[in-house]
Formats: sequence, C-alpha cells, structure tokens
Amino acid sequence: MEEICYGLLRALELIAARDPQVMEITIRSLFISLSSAFLAGIICIPLGGLIEFRQFWGKSALINLIQTLYSLPTVTVGLLVFLLISRSGLLGGLNLLFSPTGMIFGQAILVSPIMIGLTITALEGVGPQIRDTAKSLGANEKQIIVTVIKEARVAVMAAVLLGFGRALSEVGVAMMIGGNIRGYTRVLTTAIALETSMGNLELSIAMGIILITISLAINILLNRFQRK
Amino acid sequence: MALLEINSLGKSIGPAEILKGIDLTVEHGEVLGLIGPTGSGKTTLLRLVDLLEEPSTGSILFDGREVSRRPENEKLAARRKMAMVFQKPVMFKASVEENVSFGLKMRGRKGAEGGREEVKEALAAVGLSGYESRDANTLSGGEMQRIALARALVLQPKLLLLDEPTANLDPRSAASIDNLLQSLKRSRTAVIIATHNMHQCRNLADRVAVLQTGRLTAQGKSEEIFSDKTMAQSGRLFSGIRVPW
Repeated sequence: MEEICYGLLRALELIAARDPQVMEITIRSLFISLSSAFLAGIICIPLGGLIEFRQFWGKSALINLIQTLYSLPTVTVGLLVFLLISRSGLLGGLNLLFSPTGMIFGQAILVSPIMIGLTITALEGVGPQIRDTAKSLGANEKQIIVTVIKEARVAVMAAVLLGFGRALSEVGVAMMIGGNIRGYTRVLTTAIALETSMGNLELSIAMGIILITISLAINILLNRFQRK
Repeated sequence: MALLEINSLGKSIGPAEILKGIDLTVEHGEVLGLIGPTGSGKTTLLRLVDLLEEPSTGSILFDGREVSRRPENEKLAARRKMAMVFQKPVMFKASVEENVSFGLKMRGRKGAEGGREEVKEALAAVGLSGYESRDANTLSGGEMQRIALARALVLQPKLLLLDEPTANLDPRSAASIDNLLQSLKRSRTAVIIATHNMHQCRNLADRVAVLQTGRLTAQGKSEEIFSDKTMAQSGRLFSGIRVPW
C-alpha cells in the first residue's frame, strides 16, 4: 500500500513537473490515435453512408458482421496487420512495421468497424422525413446524402470520438505493430505495460492518470454531443 | 395545355391498393382542393405528383411532359418546379434562414446570393419577419408550419402541393395561412391543397376533387361540389368528413 501511495505521489510530481519522457509519450499517443481516428473517419463515414443509402443483397448480413467486429480483439487486428505489413506480407514493401505510420494504419483498421457501424446507426436515426423534405425541395441524390450526414453530425462526431478513445486505449496493435521502441513508437499503453513489468510504478501510474484523464475528457465530450 | 395531367394513376403497396384509376388535371394558377377522409389516399396522391414515389399504373404529365417514369435527373428537373409542404413538416438542424434558403441552395445559389432578400420576403409573407437567425427546431408547431410554407414559397414553384397545411394549427395561425393562400391565388402558382377543412376548401379552391378509398368519386367546380344539391347527391361521398353546413 505504501508503495502504491508513494507511486501515486511521485506520479503527480512527474505530471506537475511535466516530465519530458511522460510528455513525449503522451504527445505521441495523442498524435497516433488522433491520426488513426482521422484516417478511419474520412474512409468510414462515407463508407457508412454508402452502406446506409444503397440497397444491395446481403446488406443486413454485412451490418451484422460490422457490429460483430466492434469487439474485435486488438491482438487479432495486430496479428493481421503484422502479417500484412511484415517483410513478406502484401504491403511489406512499404516498410510500415515498427513505425508510427504502421501503428496509425493498424489502429485505423481496429476502429473502422465501430466508426462504420455507428455512422450507419447515426444516419438511420435521421428518419425518412428529412430525406423526403430535402428531395421535395429539389436536392439531388448527392445533396440528400450530404444533408442527412449534416443532420446526423452530432452522432457521427460521437462515432469518431469513440473510435479515437478505442485507438488511444488499445495495446495489442501498438505493441505488435509499433514494437514499443523508446522515443519512436512508445505510447501510453505500451509504456504502462513496460514500466509496470520493470517495477517503475510511479511512471506507470503517472501515465495511467493521463490516460484516464484523456478518456474522461472524451466521455465528457461524448455526453455533450449526445445531449445536443 | 394543363400544367398537370394525371391519367389512370394507381398505387399499390403489396396487396393493398392505395389509389386506383385517378384522372385529374390542374391548370396554371388554379387551386384544386383535394378532400377525403383519413386514409383515402390524399397524401399518397400528393407524393406521387411530387415524384417522391413511383406509381404502379398510369402516368403523370407535368408541364406537357411525362415525368413519373423518367430517369432521376428528369424527375429532379420536374420536382424543382414544384414544392410540397408536408402535414407534419420537419426542420433541418439549422437556423430559420438556412431552412428557408435550403431549396435555393440545392439549385446552386450560394453565399450572399443564397437568396437573403427572397428569404426575408418569404418570411414576411408568412408573418415571421425577424426570425432568420432563430434555431428552426425551437419553434412552435404553427411557426414550423409557416416556415415550411415559406421554404416552399421562396422557390416560386409552378405547382405548390399542400398536405393539410393547417391541420395542426391553432385557429389564429390557421387563419394567417389561409390569408396567405388567398393571396397566392393572384399569382400564377397552381396549388393542390389536401384538406379536411371544408371551409378552407370552399374559400380557397377553384375546383374540388373528392377522394374516397383511393378512388376519385367526384370532381368539379367548387361551387358545384359545395352546392346543396350536389352535396345531397353525393352526401355519402363525404362520409367520414365533418361537413360544417
């Protein structure tokens, strides 16, 4: 108990002193997770729109599959991406393994099902009256889609935030694709795992507090969006 | 040449026949009252005319051209000459000004040219001057109905389709909408107004069509349809509609 209390105090000191190592890892974590959420967002929001607005065979099966993938284990995604970008993999020539770019790529894949699925749910929630009104007022198909996405913007934004939260808190992809290289691919989650195993509890607790604070901020933002 | 010509129009959803054998014309600038009990097919007919749905049988000629079975771009061109106000209008999550100028923007009007003056005029016409910056979704039902009307009027449509425009309004709001529709009679805009309100229909419509269980059971000049004699003859046509005289 004494050790934990000491660790907590030291952690608060590290945060207050803006310890360079803690700050560097935090900034890298935020950069990688924000980038992966952004990358996934620009692909998944239009893709979700396409699935929602088009009628095709197997649509509901596809939506079921996407929803099942919400809880995809991060190590499974890590393994798949590893196989894809390792030297002998399909994208081996891009040298993405053990790089921040590879981590962004892997995390974007990890959060894609959530973003696509929640985008579909958000667009479904807009209701046919808005589509009819837009159509009746002279909107063409593309303008109707844009109108519906604008109407669902709060829920779509919540999907992106949720994706960002999942990317920030995952450890499987970050460890397997990034390799936890100090000063290069080490992020909050992988650093916590490493420092704990090395017995540096104060550093682990400091980064844990930061991670929880960011998660809390995301939740507050999400709640604000959902209340709108 | 009539602005709108509907021939043998039918609409079925599964085994249910919503509309059958509708023949109807609307001239330029004419106001057609469409009356019938709930479930008689008035809304479906308006949706078919606005090309929001495909008919099962028959054809719709608008401005001299068949439009109901054309590719979407041709339907869009026809739809952009009409405007419809739904019974329960919905507002976009935006300001009143953005709601009213929506149709203009869809037609390529942007920025300062997005029809600010026209929006002002349309809002003044529905008695809501100064509402431009208000959040459209915070307005009362009556105000939303008037915004929906302004949103349609600003487009200066050749054909205005009104689905029970005063059904959910208090008497004062309903009267202001009626006055506005009266003033429309002086323009070249043709109007089809689906209503339960016999007074409204009698005051506004040049011609009246009676719809019952998906069939057009009577149509003619307003004074003919509402004359005592015709009423007596076709009294059963109005079963289900509250006739106030």
